[in-house]
Amino acid sequence: MNHPPTRRLLWSFALIAAVSLGLYITFAAVHYSWNWSSVWGYRLQFIWGWFTTLGISLGAMVVSIIVGFALMIGRRSTCMPLHLLSTGIVEVLRGSPLLVQLLLGYYIVATALHVGDPLVVGTVLLGCFEGAYLAEIFRGAVESIGASQREAARAVGFDTAQTYRYVIIPQAVRRALPGTTGQMVSLIKDSSLLSVIGIEELVQKVRIMNSSSYTALEGYLPLAVAYLVVTIPLSWYARKLERRFAYET
Amino acid sequence: MKLETRQVTKRYGDFLALDGTSFQTGKDARVVALLGPSGGGKSTLLRVLGGLLLPESGEVVVNDQPLPHEPDEALKTLRKNGFVFQGYNLFPHLSALQNIVLPLCAVHGFSESEAKERALELLTRLGLEEHFHKRPAELSGGQQQRAAIARALAPKPDLLLLDEPTSALDPVMTGEVLDVIRELAEGGQQIVLATHEISFARKVADWVVFLAKGRVEESCAAEQFFEQPTSALAREYLDGLSRYR
Repeated sequence: MNHPPTRRLLWSFALIAAVSLGLYITFAAVHYSWNWSSVWGYRLQFIWGWFTTLGISLGAMVVSIIVGFALMIGRRSTCMPLHLLSTGIVEVLRGSPLLVQLLLGYYIVATALHVGDPLVVGTVLLGCFEGAYLAEIFRGAVESIGASQREAARAVGFDTAQTYRYVIIPQAVRRALPGTTGQMVSLIKDSSLLSVIGIEELVQKVRIMNSSSYTALEGYLPLAVAYLVVTIPLSWYARKLERRFAYET
Repeated sequence: MKLETRQVTKRYGDFLALDGTSFQTGKDARVVALLGPSGGGKSTLLRVLGGLLLPESGEVVVNDQPLPHEPDEALKTLRKNGFVFQGYNLFPHLSALQNIVLPLCAVHGFSESEAKERALELLTRLGLEEHFHKRPAELSGGQQQRAAIARALAPKPDLLLLDEPTSALDPVMTGEVLDVIRELAEGGQQIVLATHEISFARKVADWVVFLAKGRVEESCAAEQFFEQPTSALAREYLDGLSRYR
């Protein structure tokens, strides 16, 4: 992994150039007349959609980490009803389509609870869905901290709470980081499904734009770029965090 | 120090690690060696004596004080003891210094600066003054084990319990660690030591408890044990170990 930076940079440029050329040839082979001028008029709509996606994703990330942590604690609990309940929630959330959860959650559950704002409901539902995956990532990380570390923690006199705070969680965070980053990237992309409950996030804005400007594909290229602008820095930042937490075991 | 167990049993699943174990040391044993074949119950007995494991039944008595049976009370007792294990068991995400400072602050109520002072004093005494900022993975096995000993000694424990502290080390590192333990013993630290290093036990121990199959076969003054072991198992064990050294 320790290549000299200049060689790394050169290779990056070479690969980007090669892929761009390949893409250009592919696009040129298909006779599709691109009509960018009619799409340009919708740029403000596009940016608004981008910010909506960003806002929902940030909110849902916070919800998902809280939900994931709570479900992980519940699944590890020795109290049987709590353990069963958490396991059941994780299985249902992970095992059923997000689309169904959004529709039932918004039109049935949220309506029954008299919560009308689709942005709030959508953010919470998305957060719960991704939280169920995070719960399993967190649980794997916590359970990978071996019995000898727990014994060492007890031996220096830590009680259960101190063992988690000083020994298990700091080590588990590092092991959970790669999986959590992947889940966060998924979350950002999954937020496109929120259009089914009437939220005009980025994908929905592009659909509207395509149909009202009588274009078919123009919106989707900037759409891909708009997602990558968020997800690539996120992955980069996560790798930086991983290095900060890095230590040999 | 006086150690005593009465009919102590401890099981792991179906495996009976301690099977009604009873013994008693002399009144002023200072270094007690737990000897015996692997799987005989040495490590379990050491943990039970230190309050780290609670037995299913029976009594453990240290200096005429019975150890408590409920986990919270047991935690208070074990905080007066220091433990060192075979596989170092330092916290890998913390430096040698932080490994010592953290328990002092979190458990024993030291201030950050007091704890640092105490940790540096011990690390220097154990020859680690140049390595205090390193994480366990950057230390050799012997250095890790000395850091673990420093962590155990930091709160000035009544009892220092060492569970095969040199079993994972090569002969040179074993020498380093045994030197440290001998110095501690000569300095008056009360020690319980589970080990296979017979010649070392012979030098430092004043009492020997010999276990096999979860039972104490012999508990007597060290001199007597090494000169004239009474149980056949102990004789066999000593012969086996001295065959090649």
